[in-house]
Amino acid sequence: MILVLEKRSRRSQAMVWLSPVLALGITVVIGGFIFASLGLDPFKALYIYFIDPMTSLWSIEELIVKAAPLVMIGVGLAICYTANVWNIGAEGQLTMGALFGSAIPIYFTDWQSPLVLVLMLVLGAIGGALFAAIPALLKNRFGANEILTSLMLVYVAQLILDWVIRGPWKDPKGFNFPQSVSFEGWQLLPLLGEGRVHLGAVLALIAAVLLWVMMGRSLRGFEIRVIGNSPRAGAFAGFAQKKVVLFCFMLSGALAGLAGICEVAGPSGQLQPVISPGYGFTAIIVAFLGRLNPIGVIFAGILLAISYLGGEAAQVELGISDKMAQVFQGMLLFLILACETLIHYRIKLAPGRGAVKEA
Amino acid sequence: MNETGANETSKYLLEARNITKVFGELRANDDVTLSLKPGEIHALLGENGAGKSTLVKIIYGSLRATSGHLFWRGRAVTVPNPAAARELGIGMVFQHFSLFDALTVTQNISLALPSDVDIGALSGRIETVSNDYGLPLRPDALVADLSVGERQRIEIVRCLLQEPRLLIMDEPTAVLTPQEADQLFVTLARLASEGCGVLYISHRLEEVRRICHDATILRHGKLAARVDPQQETAASLAALMVGTEVAAVRTDKGTAPGAPLLELSGLSLATDDQFGVSLKNINLAVRAGEIVAVAGVAGNGQGEFFDALSGELTSSNNATVKIAGVGCGREGITQRRRRDAAFVPEERLGHGAVPNFPLSENVVLTHHSVEATRLETGDGMAGSAVVRNGMIDRDAARYVNRVVTELFDVRKGTPDPEAQSLSGGNLQKFVVGREMALQPRVLVVNQPTWGVDAGAAALIRQALIDLARGGSAVLVISQDLDEIFEVADRIAVISRGEMSQAYPSEELSLERIGLLMAGAHEAVARNAGEAGAA
Repeated sequence: MILVLEKRSRRSQAMVWLSPVLALGITVVIGGFIFASLGLDPFKALYIYFIDPMTSLWSIEELIVKAAPLVMIGVGLAICYTANVWNIGAEGQLTMGALFGSAIPIYFTDWQSPLVLVLMLVLGAIGGALFAAIPALLKNRFGANEILTSLMLVYVAQLILDWVIRGPWKDPKGFNFPQSVSFEGWQLLPLLGEGRVHLGAVLALIAAVLLWVMMGRSLRGFEIRVIGNSPRAGAFAGFAQKKVVLFCFMLSGALAGLAGICEVAGPSGQLQPVISPGYGFTAIIVAFLGRLNPIGVIFAGILLAISYLGGEAAQVELGISDKMAQVFQGMLLFLILACETLIHYRIKLAPGRGAVKEA
Repeated sequence: MNETGANETSKYLLEARNITKVFGELRANDDVTLSLKPGEIHALLGENGAGKSTLVKIIYGSLRATSGHLFWRGRAVTVPNPAAARELGIGMVFQHFSLFDALTVTQNISLALPSDVDIGALSGRIETVSNDYGLPLRPDALVADLSVGERQRIEIVRCLLQEPRLLIMDEPTAVLTPQEADQLFVTLARLASEGCGVLYISHRLEEVRRICHDATILRHGKLAARVDPQQETAASLAALMVGTEVAAVRTDKGTAPGAPLLELSGLSLATDDQFGVSLKNINLAVRAGEIVAVAGVAGNGQGEFFDALSGELTSSNNATVKIAGVGCGREGITQRRRRDAAFVPEERLGHGAVPNFPLSENVVLTHHSVEATRLETGDGMAGSAVVRNGMIDRDAARYVNRVVTELFDVRKGTPDPEAQSLSGGNLQKFVVGREMALQPRVLVVNQPTWGVDAGAAALIRQALIDLARGGSAVLVISQDLDEIFEVADRIAVISRGEMSQAYPSEELSLERIGLLMAGAHEAVARNAGEAGAA
């Protein structure tokens, strides 16, 4: 007997939502084995990793702080991937957004007005969108593979950040540390409640709902889905693929840029050499775990935020490397993609293969 | 090969007994029996979705029957995969070729053969086999340079090289000129005379009557009849396939055609596709109230011609394409739709419809920028625009879907299924009906009944005729000459991107069209001149 994949006559609606859950389950089981092989009690380790972060108010707030950028970037990427446009460079667009938005408080350090915050957010989105337009234009004009160009531009953005932070934008009173001036007053996002949760969480939710409506109801969303599914049918419908490529890149870039300036004007409060712990890359997993559905992305964002917090907790309490978080994230993405096979195929036991048999 | 061991008690080469294949709830084959003697050309007939492909796939080993048995030369066999089928001596020529354009004939054939075959000797064998069977092929020719008929020859020769005892052919003449089809029939007769069995799937009942010795007819997955096709008429075969009499298409000539609604003048279009066809100086006018058909062998620029008319490819000169007297050569497909033109492309799935979208969303595909549907059902509901202020009105789209599927008899399991779940004929009825719902003044259709069963084809052709008689201009691009003569008032022929003038259909014979298709414009023009003078 061997296991075979048999094509389903129609895609399984149940598996559409079950497959990410299944992937998550397998990830946890494999994680348990990894912990056991490190000589830890797997149940305790998994508890610390996945459950503990949700048991105190402080950690729930921290969860929201980390989930906000993941959701904000993830919904944009979900739209991109729906259109079959592969923006892998959200991390770079996030960095560019942070740079653009920070220009205001750095050049107009004493300017205090609500307008400052609005300008910072708008500039952040514009910075991300413009930076994302580069791979889109290269793809449309020269057929350059956007996976490569958008990914490589991440390093360009990070090197630009590194340069300004050690050069022209370095805080003159900062004892030569590579950081900008600290933002004050209207240069910072208002906090929600006592903790660190800031306006970015609300913006992320609004973005998810708006994009959900766009994808489900509007002609623009329809256009994106058609182009992603069947470009030839899209041309027949009168939709221009190149415009969709540019739109999706700039939209996801704007959201990544917004997430970038929210990080700077939120938790960190100044420009530093490292803005995000890889939110732009983790958001790729968020988009897929959310099944490219903006509402699904909200839940996926929260889940991946747990893996960040769990990684920190495991480092403190179990003394293992925080790289464990990346191991979990990588495994999760791998298993999500693998489990998607079950939407179109079912696993079946079949008799072993043989040549023509005589009966 | 072990020839002696077989107990040759059976007179049959192949028997498929009581084959049942269940997909979920669908019984694609339900207790079907088919038997075929050596040296027999056996027709397998049925509407789309009747279970022909399923049965053939079971015989060829790409599917396994849920129950039932296969007997090969009297012995029960299981055929787990196509390789095993080839080992038995079963070859198959598919409707859609699997050839690499950029490789030569020999290279393509060698890909299908065991890897230890000597390529040098192969060219020689290809030449011998192809000449023996009247299928001339140059082994070193590049596939991209070959006509569809020649490409089919590659597929046939590929099978013949393995010396099959049974050759399965899926709609082989769908892509051939009448002359090429005649040549194929000679080859098949030759094969049969040598004892090779042929399982012949076709929708063309006249040719089945002409060349087949026996016929198995399927309907809704069940065996409907086993008949001698030579004792039947095309109409009686069609009735057996459909289960009822197929209504003959009414082709009463309308009133004299009116003003030209679609005019092409000096339409040229260079292709950037290495394997595409450039259009050269095409002139054609389609008047209100008439159907003009463009005949031609596949791959002579029909696809490019359709794209140039629909606006998926635009021209640099606005005057090359005129709809209702207004130049729109530079406009895209959406603007042309706003000028009351509608289009039905050749490929239903992936061009005319998004495969995994439900039908109502596929309505939005072509209705999003035009006024509301003008067709109504009896319930008095009026259609409203499908898209307003950039937002999709799903109810309006579902309404159009309901009207279209009702008026065009689109059979489906659920009210709004995915496009890919429909059979070819039903999806084509939907795609044509969707455009008819707009009551266009100009309709351009590419291959309206390609791979569609007789019942659906009759309905679609009737709809085209009714639209024209209602005062619209209809342009039909087709490779099916029976269809062309059934519907067309005038016929033009496209060959290598050039278009002949449009002749009144009663002035053209099959032979003359065949010559035009092969590109002999001058000869036919001269003949026509002589005929006119005589």
